[in-house]
Amino acid sequence: MSAPSSRGDDLLRGIWRENPVLVQLLGLCPMLAVTNTVANSLAMGLATFFVLLGSSVLVSTLKSVIPHEVRISAYILIIATFVTMADLVLAAVVPEIHRALGAFIALIVVNCIILGRQEAFASKRPVGRSALDAIGTGAGFMLALLLMGAFREILGSGSLLGVSLFGPGYEPWVVMILPPGGFLTLGAILLLLGWSRQRRAPQPRVRRWPHGVATGRAG
Amino acid sequence: MNAGADAAREVPSWRLLATLGVAGAAAGLLVVLVQGWAEPRIEAHRTAVLEGAIRNVLGEPARYDTLYVTDAGLVRETSGGIDASTTDRVYLGYDAAGQPVGFAITAAEPGFQDLIRLIFGYEAASGEVLGMEVLENKETPGLGDKIVKDASFVAEFEGARAPLLGVKPGAGEGDPGEVDMITGATISSRAVISIINHRLERLDPLLRSYVAAEHP
Amino acid sequence: MTDLAWILISAMVVNNFTLALFLGLCPFMGVSARVATALRMGAANMFVLVITSVSAWFLNTFILEHAPYLRLIAFIVVIASLVQVVEMAIKKLSPALFRDLGIFLPLITTNCAILGLAIFQTNRGYGLLEGLFFAVGAGLGLALALVLMASIRQRMELSDVPSLARGMGLVLIIAGGLSLAFMGFAGLLSA
Repeated sequence: MSAPSSRGDDLLRGIWRENPVLVQLLGLCPMLAVTNTVANSLAMGLATFFVLLGSSVLVSTLKSVIPHEVRISAYILIIATFVTMADLVLAAVVPEIHRALGAFIALIVVNCIILGRQEAFASKRPVGRSALDAIGTGAGFMLALLLMGAFREILGSGSLLGVSLFGPGYEPWVVMILPPGGFLTLGAILLLLGWSRQRRAPQPRVRRWPHGVATGRAG
Repeated sequence: MNAGADAAREVPSWRLLATLGVAGAAAGLLVVLVQGWAEPRIEAHRTAVLEGAIRNVLGEPARYDTLYVTDAGLVRETSGGIDASTTDRVYLGYDAAGQPVGFAITAAEPGFQDLIRLIFGYEAASGEVLGMEVLENKETPGLGDKIVKDASFVAEFEGARAPLLGVKPGAGEGDPGEVDMITGATISSRAVISIINHRLERLDPLLRSYVAAEHP
Repeated sequence: MTDLAWILISAMVVNNFTLALFLGLCPFMGVSARVATALRMGAANMFVLVITSVSAWFLNTFILEHAPYLRLIAFIVVIASLVQVVEMAIKKLSPALFRDLGIFLPLITTNCAILGLAIFQTNRGYGLLEGLFFAVGAGLGLALALVLMASIRQRMELSDVPSLARGMGLVLIIAGGLSLAFMGFAGLLSA
């Protein structure tokens, strides 16, 4: 990003254009693990949002004080503190969801999205813009989580947020809430996004070997 | 990493360590504060869940005692040498008249997918299982998780005589220890049954001798 | 305490860290294009996992008894330092291997499988021996998933894949297939 971006852009780009999961393909572990119900997705999204916002603001505030050599360790320490706090609060306020999310709340610490934003943005920009960037990225992550969560819960349990949609006669597509379903759903979403991107972009010419086999590279 | 520019403002090591030290201390302090707020609530919930499970499998006892399992037998207090947090324990429920109702015992072993953790009620004198509740499981939704969702399976355990014997529904011979397994979830149901049997193998002698000594 | 054989087999195939527990996905998606690289990554992971398991046991037994809420911070600090030390050791002992692994070594720090192992081990209350079997099983499982994915992808390079599907979409679908296949291991060594 060479051109200075506006504050509005800071907020909005994380939501769709540079969506951390669907475009940058970061944070896949929690994305697949907790999206078997919408409630879990929501809780994970909020927890990550809190950690992202808190640590971005703190890193941006302290960026002149943190020496360059130990910056990664400092970021990780800050992130781990916020994650521990989020973990305790969730355990105290919504213990069932906390149990369902299990170790993945603690694993927010190694979510590449958060460390990536500190390194790429918060450590170089003023607090206000870092906060906006964090909010946008967090919202984008939440959006992706809810999308997957809704898809998997509706098909895999026939419900949304625990409310049965199709009545007791619905035979749930159980694989959707199991691990393979997570992989397949995300794969399908990425294929769908790739298809819509390809439709909008000019078609690249596929180079072929003389005997008609595609080389494996487009354009 | 532009080493040239960094070398110009060489940061002394003590400053690096000091920064990390201060950061670490601040982090620790913050966590301790939140912990202080959260801990009582977490503990309260944990106790409530345990009590709910004990009540469920023992049929609403008036109160219960925690007994620690040692090689010598069951002991009431953690007198010197017993670490309360790691020692195995059982719970003895009493009715309103002060008579023992039965033991509530937790157990965990691998099921079909991962560990199954359950609690069951057991009356030592008659060898009768009073009830069973699965606390944690990762069984296949719709199939294995029927060990939780199928009310008739859970009811099978009430009044069954230990050691339990898993049988296919309809194939039983009327033995008091028989428990009908779930069609389509054989391994999960068999796991529940063998978890209880394995647990009682070790504990039954201790339980019987405790009851005989305390309430002859 | 649970059977050691079950701990190993469960971590390796029944509840494979990548295909069932969704840990270690970053290297799984990024490194799995070549079997040779996948093997090396798997070996590096296994090494770090075993050391992490021992360190986590040590921390839990002797230090964190007094401050359980500092567990996460302690774990991540230890893991980050461990990876740093391993990186320096490999650089000194085998520069060729260091060059081969390249960027993957520091990335092991953010590999959720390492921290995940420490957390699971703590939650399940494993002792030293159980933790080791758990780490070995997990490492084998991670390597297995990586190598399987790499061999499939290497084969598919020669296939006529539509341009739409090339990239992460296809890798995830393949992963879904592998995950489905691994579900067949359920029930192994159960009670």
